[in-house]
Amino acid sequence: MRPLRFLLQKEFRQILRSKSLIFTIIFGPIIQLIILPLAANYTVKNINLAVVDHDHSTYSKKLVEKIYSSGYFLRAGYGDSYNAAADLIAHDKADIILEIPQNFEDNLVRENKQQVYLAVNAINGTKAGVGSGYLGAIIADFNNDVRLQWITPQRFTQAPTIDIVNANWYNPYLSYFMFMVPGLMVSLLTGIGAFSASLNIVREKEIGTIEQINVTPIKKWQFIVGKLIPYWFMGMIVFTVGLAVSRFMYGIIPVGNVGLLYGFLSVYLLTLLGVGLLISTFAETQQQAVSVAFFFVIIFNFISGVFTPIDSMPGWGQALAYISPMSHFASVMRMVVLKGSTFHDIQSHFIAIIILGVIFNTWAVINYRKTT
Amino acid sequence: MRNSALRQLFAFVQKEFYHVFRDRKTLLMLFGVPIAQILLFGFLLTNEIKNAKIVVCDYAKDYGSQEIIRKIEASKYFNVKKASLSHDEIEAAFKSGEIKMAIVFPAGFYNDLSHLNKAQIQVIADGSDPNTATTLTSYLSSILRDYQSQEMAQNNMPYTIVPEVKMLYNPELLGAPNFVPGVMALVLMLVCAMMTSISIVKEKELGTMEILLVSPLKPFLVIISKTIPYLLISLMNLVVILSLSVFLLHLEIKGSVLLLFAESTLFIISSLALGLLISVNAESQMSAMMTSQLSLMMPTMILTGFMFPIENMPWVLRMISNIVPSKYYYTIVKAVMLKGLGFSAIWQETLILGFITFVLVMLNLRNFKTRLA
Amino acid sequence: MDNIAIKAEKLTKRFDDFVAVDAITFDVKQGEIFGFVGANGAGKTTAMRILCGLSKPTSGTAMVAGYDVYKDPEKIKKVIGYMSQKFSLYDDLTVMENITFYAGIYGLSDKDIKKRGQALLDQLGIGHEAKTFVSSLPLGWKQKLAFSVAIIHEPKIVFLDEPTGGVDPVTRRQFWDLIYAAADRGITVFVTTHYMDEAEYCNRVSIMVDGRIDAFDTPSNLKKRFSVNSMNEVFYQLARGAKRKAD
Repeated sequence: MRPLRFLLQKEFRQILRSKSLIFTIIFGPIIQLIILPLAANYTVKNINLAVVDHDHSTYSKKLVEKIYSSGYFLRAGYGDSYNAAADLIAHDKADIILEIPQNFEDNLVRENKQQVYLAVNAINGTKAGVGSGYLGAIIADFNNDVRLQWITPQRFTQAPTIDIVNANWYNPYLSYFMFMVPGLMVSLLTGIGAFSASLNIVREKEIGTIEQINVTPIKKWQFIVGKLIPYWFMGMIVFTVGLAVSRFMYGIIPVGNVGLLYGFLSVYLLTLLGVGLLISTFAETQQQAVSVAFFFVIIFNFISGVFTPIDSMPGWGQALAYISPMSHFASVMRMVVLKGSTFHDIQSHFIAIIILGVIFNTWAVINYRKTT
Repeated sequence: MRNSALRQLFAFVQKEFYHVFRDRKTLLMLFGVPIAQILLFGFLLTNEIKNAKIVVCDYAKDYGSQEIIRKIEASKYFNVKKASLSHDEIEAAFKSGEIKMAIVFPAGFYNDLSHLNKAQIQVIADGSDPNTATTLTSYLSSILRDYQSQEMAQNNMPYTIVPEVKMLYNPELLGAPNFVPGVMALVLMLVCAMMTSISIVKEKELGTMEILLVSPLKPFLVIISKTIPYLLISLMNLVVILSLSVFLLHLEIKGSVLLLFAESTLFIISSLALGLLISVNAESQMSAMMTSQLSLMMPTMILTGFMFPIENMPWVLRMISNIVPSKYYYTIVKAVMLKGLGFSAIWQETLILGFITFVLVMLNLRNFKTRLA
Repeated sequence: MDNIAIKAEKLTKRFDDFVAVDAITFDVKQGEIFGFVGANGAGKTTAMRILCGLSKPTSGTAMVAGYDVYKDPEKIKKVIGYMSQKFSLYDDLTVMENITFYAGIYGLSDKDIKKRGQALLDQLGIGHEAKTFVSSLPLGWKQKLAFSVAIIHEPKIVFLDEPTGGVDPVTRRQFWDLIYAAADRGITVFVTTHYMDEAEYCNRVSIMVDGRIDAFDTPSNLKKRFSVNSMNEVFYQLARGAKRKAD
């Protein structure tokens, strides 16, 4: 055990001495945690709507006013040339065109049925779907207004209506911060964990000091544990600071047991550092380590469910998410912080992360050679 | 004289090529990252919510509730489980993450609907994910609207406005058209800025930089020669990404390929300049990497507009996004590749991108003089 | 056996179809300064790495301090010191911190670390530099410090891989004084070099050419055998026949 003490002493000295490293490892995530949630908001609003009105009737104007007064749409142009409006879409000045045909009002009254045309910039599929959905609902609403005007109120109420009594649990105001902040914390921790330990070991390879370590009687596990522990602590500190930021910046107080979070985190960090170690055993230079770590961090992030839902992935994607450590921590984090899930609720994730941790670390220890 | 300077430059570039192209592992990753990203975005990731696990508690079990449930089951958005759960059981299912939503049909649903003309459905969503909660709720209400108009069809409602929707550029609402230009921006930034800064700091760390700087080649050209392999790799990456998009994701390049490459080269130069700026200030490869990640990768991912809509962000971030080169590049790629527009449509963005690049290059030149002094 | 520190018999190392070390046989007596001489690429470093337990031989046998390199590489590591041609101290630690670290991982007690560390600094005459970062020491000092750190745990054998590369003649002379001092304390010194004047300082020398040991004796005997005046000429005669290119 004595050699381990000196290894740790050396690692901590080196880390604490490198001011810029400490700064980026600890303050970097904090700054990101303050900025990112402000940006990570999928809510579709401020849709730029251009209107092509060939009718210029009372109805067409009423419809347009009703749409803009909903608050979701911004005025991007009003005219009677479709081509001019199409140009707006081409230049990203407009997202949707609403085209109201000539004799819209007359036809509606005379023929009981009239079409309006929507052209949607669908490059961003989500925005297109949601935006045209809003527009459809407003038009349907307008339609009701029209009917009310033409049909006796008595007859109209005969149309049956279904009310949705809607409740959103755990996050009644549907705040994005509540959702994104815990997810982003996981993402930031993952970045630090996967890079730091692997770069550290590869750095010793590159400088040549690892050769000196390898001729000493230090055991493999002592060397690896000596490298893991400092970054494990670092992860714990970053997480603690992250919790404080989300508490004071965003007012997020974990509903569930914070001890449970730390318990899961401590295993998660070991797993993640194991991935970093494994990378370091394959890489000869820091540049290699960075690119390999980057490759995995990107995959971990995108399949983690932090940014896009795992349920929407095809089966093989979900399987991939299952063997990626980050998706487990992301789920657990959100479950415990927002819903107050207990150990019982997250035990399957716990088992998975332990298994993954054992696999990655064993693989790393086997692959780390003192001799060639 | 001129000729010999050129030959010297060539010798340096050749040395850099050996470094970069002999490092198989790094090279593999440089090409692996874009390929993996294209595959991920093309086949795995979607912002769309589908197959969401929900539970339906049907206490009515009448014609109305069953008709609606059939419609819910038929939609690709929901993965329905039928069960009669208590309030507590629903809560437990939310907490273990089994379901995203619970729909409760009260007893006598259809009776109320047909006799009182009014009925209620209780919908409880797991609001911890607001996106999923709102999207599922809106899918559900459109299914209900559908059901209602089907019921009303017998009454033949008058004065109906029918919206006819045409989806431009991406009629199937796929994720790829939105993501591919974003991935291009991200990968080019990664290869150029991060790798260049690391490779230069490495020479600083190992002390070989000084040797290079005392060589007969002008110091500025030494630096230029370090960036050329990455410029080339980036262009190769571009070819890989575009071929994958065309052949695997069946995405058509509607505009001029030449224009696309010209604009990309401009963006690549701006990224290389950023990488050089980082290398000046970083004292170790680790800190070069961290700085690139913090000051380049994150802004590129967030402020480009392909992951999160910029117009929703607070004004500070919207302002900052205006100096992020990838934002302009992303707009340009979308215009040329997906909309098939020509230079006349993107000259403004090109001008801004060109200006940013110019400023970055000038900053480097100034830095370089102080580096020597 | 008792006074034999290292014994190698038909020791061979292959990398694919390249034979780096070709069936070399030699022995090193306890307390002697043994020079392992050869051109760059002759196989010196590879042979040394095998003896240190950093690399596994392909065939042949080798005993270091009584331990088999196949079976007990970890036991060997306890009783040897090693200084590589790459720089082995941490730039971002101070002189004393480096000493503490290496002494600590060899299991010295806190008291010993302090005592021997101070003695070491005094011997090198840099007692006032204990808190200086290694990065700001001149190369010659770094080299001497690295050697002293490599023997801080009083190993039976110390392996030095081209320890004086890039230092001036005066410093090299001082470095050899340190080597003699260590040998006087009974530490066996195994040193690779391609400086022939350094070969003269050794008790016995083996000259490697193309992975084989072509000559093996005391410097004076070798000079006599080739009837020349300096080791330089001995080496030149042997190396002329080399086929392998220097790396």
